Amino acid sequence: MDVPLFLIFAAIAVACGVNVVVQRHPITSAISLIGVMGSLAALYLLLGGEFIAAVQVVVYAGAIMVLFVFVIMLLNAGAEGRSGRSWPVRLLGIPFLVLLLGLLSFVVQAYAPKTDRVVFGAFTSGGPRDIGKLLFTEYLLPFELTSVLILIAIAGAVVLARKEID
Amino acid sequence: MEGAPLSWYLILSAILFALGVAGFLFRRNIITVFMCIELMLNAVNLSFIAFSHKLNQVDGHIYAFFVMVVAAAEAAVGLAIILTVFKNRASLAIDDVSSMKY
Repeated sequence: MDVPLFLIFAAIAVACGVNVVVQRHPITSAISLIGVMGSLAALYLLLGGEFIAAVQVVVYAGAIMVLFVFVIMLLNAGAEGRSGRSWPVRLLGIPFLVLLLGLLSFVVQAYAPKTDRVVFGAFTSGGPRDIGKLLFTEYLLPFELTSVLILIAIAGAVVLARKEID
Repeated sequence: MEGAPLSWYLILSAILFALGVAGFLFRRNIITVFMCIELMLNAVNLSFIAFSHKLNQVDGHIYAFFVMVVAAAEAAVGLAIILTVFKNRASLAIDDVSSMKY
C-alpha cells in the first residue's frame, strides 16, 4: 500500500509543481503551490512525521499561501507579459535543467543504499511530544532565536508596508 | 510489507527543487518568482524528513520546522517589499526592477 500511495502523491506534487512554473497567471501558480504543499503533507505522514504534516498544512498551505493570495488580489496582478529573452537562452534552459536533474537522480540512485525502504510505521517518534521535548531541551537556543527573528520580521513588514506620511 | 525506496523520496525532492529553480529563472512576475522560492524550500524539507526517517532521529523534523518558521518570516518581509516595489513602480515585472543591475 505504501508504494501506490507514494506514487499517487508524488505524481500530484510533480504535476502541480510543473503547473506552478508554466502558468502565466500568479493566482493559478498559487493554487497549484497549495496542491504541492498538500501532497507533501501526505508524504510527510507516510514518513511518520505527524507533527510536521500538520504544521505543513496549517502554516504553509494555510498562513503563507493566504498571504500570497491576499497580495495577488490586493495588487490585482494580471498575467505576465512576454519576456525579452534571446532565443538561445530559452532553447538551452530546459535541456540543461533535464541534464542536471538526470545527473542528480543518477548520483542518488548510485549512492543511496538499495536496501533502504520507507515503511509506514517504522518511524514513530514524529509526534508533537517527541518534537516538543527536543525543541525545548537540545534546541532551546535556536528556538528562542526564532522568536527574535519573527519579531524583527513583524517590525520590518510593518515599516516596509506602511503608508508614507508626508 | 515493502515500502518505497528512500531514493525515490530524494529524487522527488530533486525534481521539485529543479522545478523551483526553473521557475525562479524563467518567470518574469515577482510574485511567481517568490512562490518558486517557497517550492524550493518545500523540496528541501522533504529531504530532511526522508533522512530523518532513514536515520531514525527526530532532528530532521526540527530542522524542517525551523525552515518553515524562517519561510513564514521571509514571506511576510518579502511580500511587504513587493508591496513597496509596486507602490513605487506600478509594475510587478522583475525586468522593471533593474536599477541595481549595472
